[in-house]
Amino acid sequence: MGVLPWVWWYGLRRHSSYPLGSLTEAGTNTVFGFMRAYVLIALWEVRPSLGGYAVADAITFCFITQALIGPVQIFGGLDLAERIRNGDVAIDLYRPVGMQGWWLAEDLGRASASLLLRAGPPLIAGSLFFPFRWPGALNLAAFAVAVPLAVAVGFGMRYLVAMGMFWLHDDRGLNAVTLVMSLFFSGMILPLVVFPGALGTVARSLPWAAQIQVPADVFLGRHTGLGLAGALGFQAGWAAVLLGAGALATRAARRKLVVHGG
Amino acid sequence: MPVAMIEAVDVVKAFTVRTRSGLLRRARTPLRAVDGVSFAVEPGEFVGYLGPNGAGKSTTIKMLTGILTATAGTLRVCGLDPSRRRTSLARRIGVVFGQRTTLWWDLPLRDSLTLVRRLYRVESGAHRARLAELTALLELEPFLDTPVRQLSLGQRMRGDLAAALLHDPELLVLDEPTIGLDVVSKATVRDFLARVNAERGTTILLTTHDLGDIERLCRRVMIIDRGRLAYDGGLDELRRTVPADRVLVVELASPAAPITLDGIENVRVEGPRQWLRLPRSANAAAVVAELARGHDVRDFSLREPGIEDVLAGLYRGDHEYWCSGRPVAP
Repeated sequence: MGVLPWVWWYGLRRHSSYPLGSLTEAGTNTVFGFMRAYVLIALWEVRPSLGGYAVADAITFCFITQALIGPVQIFGGLDLAERIRNGDVAIDLYRPVGMQGWWLAEDLGRASASLLLRAGPPLIAGSLFFPFRWPGALNLAAFAVAVPLAVAVGFGMRYLVAMGMFWLHDDRGLNAVTLVMSLFFSGMILPLVVFPGALGTVARSLPWAAQIQVPADVFLGRHTGLGLAGALGFQAGWAAVLLGAGALATRAARRKLVVHGG
Repeated sequence: MPVAMIEAVDVVKAFTVRTRSGLLRRARTPLRAVDGVSFAVEPGEFVGYLGPNGAGKSTTIKMLTGILTATAGTLRVCGLDPSRRRTSLARRIGVVFGQRTTLWWDLPLRDSLTLVRRLYRVESGAHRARLAELTALLELEPFLDTPVRQLSLGQRMRGDLAAALLHDPELLVLDEPTIGLDVVSKATVRDFLARVNAERGTTILLTTHDLGDIERLCRRVMIIDRGRLAYDGGLDELRRTVPADRVLVVELASPAAPITLDGIENVRVEGPRQWLRLPRSANAAAVVAELARGHDVRDFSLREPGIEDVLAGLYRGDHEYWCSGRPVAP
């Protein structure tokens, strides 16, 4: 067995080292879930069946997205960016394994820890206090595939943003732009199914949709048969494109490399 | 004839530095961080690689480890081209970046060392034996199960050294491994490195600003300045061939005006004690005799230049002067 499964395991352990902090974050996600749920209930009372969702679908969507905030790290950020800025990336570049693979394994470990510690409370609270739609066995199994793919897509984008540090030396601007894009186009503000016309079509085609909207729709059972395979394929496709771009960016960074900090 | 552990021939690393020259304009200035460096390090050597800040030491180390690619010249480490065979090379060398850590911050030291085993695919039995050996030599046992973030700097450095040596590398490259350590931790690290070099025959290239490291460990030093190798030879030879001033400390019977003698600089006066800098050409006995004629001298001592004086003279930048110590072939 190679080293990457171990990197995943140590990533999981590292990110579960502070369970109290994670549970506090889960509490925050749950409270915000309640606030969002009431906004959506108000909206669906005015426009029932908006975007093809019943009110229970909208509420379930809301709590699924709250549960996924941590695992897909929708607010962005990757420790690698800081390591590039302060020169610690020299350690990453020196290891006898690919840098992107190492960071992906570590991030999957982080996501696993987040799933274990942060995903449960919003889902349980949502299902106890609101009408909630649990998936069937097939959709639950598909959801178990969709979540790691969502994490991989999120990682792919965050890795590219971090790699930008090799050229920009400061990732604040890039982070601010990607945060806005991420919140708007992933479905965190409103389900993408309610976006009208061309905007909706574009939004549902972008990689951010693979992070939140697609796994939520898989959980809700809105994809079946070939549609389900297509939804997972959409995620896998974006993951492949982004990781491919990440590999090219890594190669380009190695070529132009100036390791900051001596 | 054995293959050199490190062989560098006319190695150059050039960067382009961009500086703001107007509202939207950037000026591009070429910079040769390493400018035609050539040297060879044989198996089993312990070599100090010295130079002032910004001289090109870290850039050289990053080229040796394959992190940076040389702009020109030929570089071979363990017989491999570092930038092309980075992965293969990493399995044969160990690197410690003193100001950075390879250890996992939130996990116990033991876990980081286990991960190193997976990273370098060390066989389980060999890993156990090596870990036991390094644990004993570096006295790791008391903090093996402590999260790295809770370790002192000295403990963390010992952990990093263990991580760099667990796969039994042929070459150990150390970039300021004793920076920030207290005297006890420094002594532990130095003793350990001396043993690794002497008993296992591990070749060691050491970059440091700590002159204690150099005097205790390095039989050979290479000095780089402004990207060029300015000295390559023995430490004793460096002391002999590079002139540095001696200091005569004179204690008079009572405080007096600063002593003035031809060709001798009075560098400090403190009550009855005065410090006189003697050029290499000055005869100390004659100076003392002259002093005794005109002053009531109670005591005196002559301080020979230490390696820090020699290097301080070199780093001040008189290039011709210090190349004259032992010229390095251009």
